[in-house]
Amino acid sequence: MQFSKITKGLLIAIPALVLTACGSTSEEELQGAAQQTNGQQAQSAQTESMAAETNNIEVATVEKALTPAEVQQQKFAALMQTQTIYFDYDRSKVDAKYLELLQAHADYLIKNPSAKVKVEGHCDERGTPEYNIALGERRGKAVAQYLQSLGVSAMQISTVSYGEEKPIDLSRTTEGFAKNRRAELVY
Amino acid sequence: MSRKLFLILGLTLLAFSQTSKAALEIVITEGIDTARPIAVVPFKYEGTAEIPLNISEIIAADLMRSGKFKPLLIDQMPQLPKNDGEVDYSSWTAEGVEAILVGEIIDNALDRFTVSFELIDVLRGQITGGAVQVLQNGRLVETKDHIMDSRQVVISTGQFRRYAHRISDIAYEKLTGERGAFLTRIAYVTINHEDESYPYKLIVADYDGANEQILLRSKEPLMSPSWSPDGAKLAYVTFENDRSQIYIQDIYTGKRQLVTSYDGINGAPQWGPLGKRLALVLSKDGNPELYVLELANKTLTRLTRHRSIDTEPSWSPDGKFIVFSSERGGNAQLYSVNLATKRVKRLTFEGEMNLGGSITPNGKELVLVNRTQGKYHIAKQELATGNFQVLTTTRLDESPSIAPNGSMIIYSTMHGNGQVLALVSIDGRFKARLPAANGQVKSPAWSPFFK
Repeated sequence: MQFSKITKGLLIAIPALVLTACGSTSEEELQGAAQQTNGQQAQSAQTESMAAETNNIEVATVEKALTPAEVQQQKFAALMQTQTIYFDYDRSKVDAKYLELLQAHADYLIKNPSAKVKVEGHCDERGTPEYNIALGERRGKAVAQYLQSLGVSAMQISTVSYGEEKPIDLSRTTEGFAKNRRAELVY
Repeated sequence: MSRKLFLILGLTLLAFSQTSKAALEIVITEGIDTARPIAVVPFKYEGTAEIPLNISEIIAADLMRSGKFKPLLIDQMPQLPKNDGEVDYSSWTAEGVEAILVGEIIDNALDRFTVSFELIDVLRGQITGGAVQVLQNGRLVETKDHIMDSRQVVISTGQFRRYAHRISDIAYEKLTGERGAFLTRIAYVTINHEDESYPYKLIVADYDGANEQILLRSKEPLMSPSWSPDGAKLAYVTFENDRSQIYIQDIYTGKRQLVTSYDGINGAPQWGPLGKRLALVLSKDGNPELYVLELANKTLTRLTRHRSIDTEPSWSPDGKFIVFSSERGGNAQLYSVNLATKRVKRLTFEGEMNLGGSITPNGKELVLVNRTQGKYHIAKQELATGNFQVLTTTRLDESPSIAPNGSMIIYSTMHGNGQVLALVSIDGRFKARLPAANGQVKSPAWSPFFK
């Protein structure tokens, strides 16, 4: 089962890739990975059913084609793995490349009305701590408002701004600053 | 000349730092041009008991850090007198020194030391020859008007450091006419991400970083300490309950009191000059706005009403208006709001952004964080003229806090890859760094005078 090992590896690697890279290309890769996963599950189901039967007969199955809804569902499930959205310097506008990601989170929240999400807003270390608290709140709220515009109940969303107090990267380089300017969706 | 000065100061400091075991210690980062030459002669010690620290070193370090004085190195001193009777005035004036501090410590009982000192104007001493006759109530009396101050006190081992700062305060006031701030404290937050149990700490130390005491440890961020005017309490922001909340903590009893816990931001508390009100920032109504909270009855008064960011309130010394940062004009700039009329006035126009403003104790200048070409530095602006001066040249300078006598500013900055505290004299000429032992040090708040 070499293939399965690779698939598993991909399953671990892709969310990590998304976390660090956050490029728009990763979405297609994710979609591919989700379909591969599906194939693998179907195969193992087949093996089990064969083991249950005697050797006299052999029952085979045909892999069921996924409905568009199911494809979407799996894509969302994969997207849900990503919980961080990055922002431009001194900006609180949600970049268009995250809209599908937020759609996935919104879908989950709408289908699970008891689920709650906390949106944490963070900043890089430039600017004063107090200013960054205000900016971090604006980032958190921008995400919260987008989720609400997709139909998520306001009751399910809370926001908190940590400003520059919880950086991910302490290097204070341009790259480090970019990693710290973020909103995190915490379930 | 300035290079030589730099070297001398560096060496002097090296000598000072030998005895200092404090986690923070001051390093000279720039030379001084016009500081006044003085000398703090090592106090003569008579006794057998071990004395805990070198008083004259602490005094010399204090006076040097103020940016106003340039203490002579010990090996440059022409003599080491213990009192006025032993002073050869002309040998000091020949060194260009204008005043000297001499003293003596006598071990006179178990853990009891008599400390005496004299602050001598050597120029005056040279003119009068050490005594002058004046007419007093119709009689001719001999006085020693060159002795600017002289005192004697009995202290125990534990009081040496405090008394050294006390002597610095006296000398500073006699020599400058301005109250000394060497017996004050600083509060600040340290962050050590390697400490997995409590990375965030609220700390209080002497103004020079000695006597660090941890007031609070937390798993979650701590921000914005602000001193009550009596120096007994700190208001600060804590995220211990996964949201921002403002607490007040008594620094002596450790008693904590929750002040605000509204939805959204509870931030930037600043104690009013009378200690009865807190200015703070709440975003409960949508976006960050300034409020004043009456501590006795918890009445909130909203000061600003604008859909952009309003934050970082700071009281004017007379308590009549509050300076704050606002994005209402596009980029963040400083504004003031009059508490009686609620009228808002823009104060700054220089550079891309101005943040974190506060007014000096004399009410004449605005100290702030200026951003120009993406660089953050501490600057000051004269309120009357608009005269603008950038004071620092280090990286990511922020959180300036002014000494209660207005002589110096403590702020946070980057050194290497870490956030540290640094001092700059109000004229920008003297700069010093207080290196952190480990982790990051931020949000310094200079205490008021202690009564």
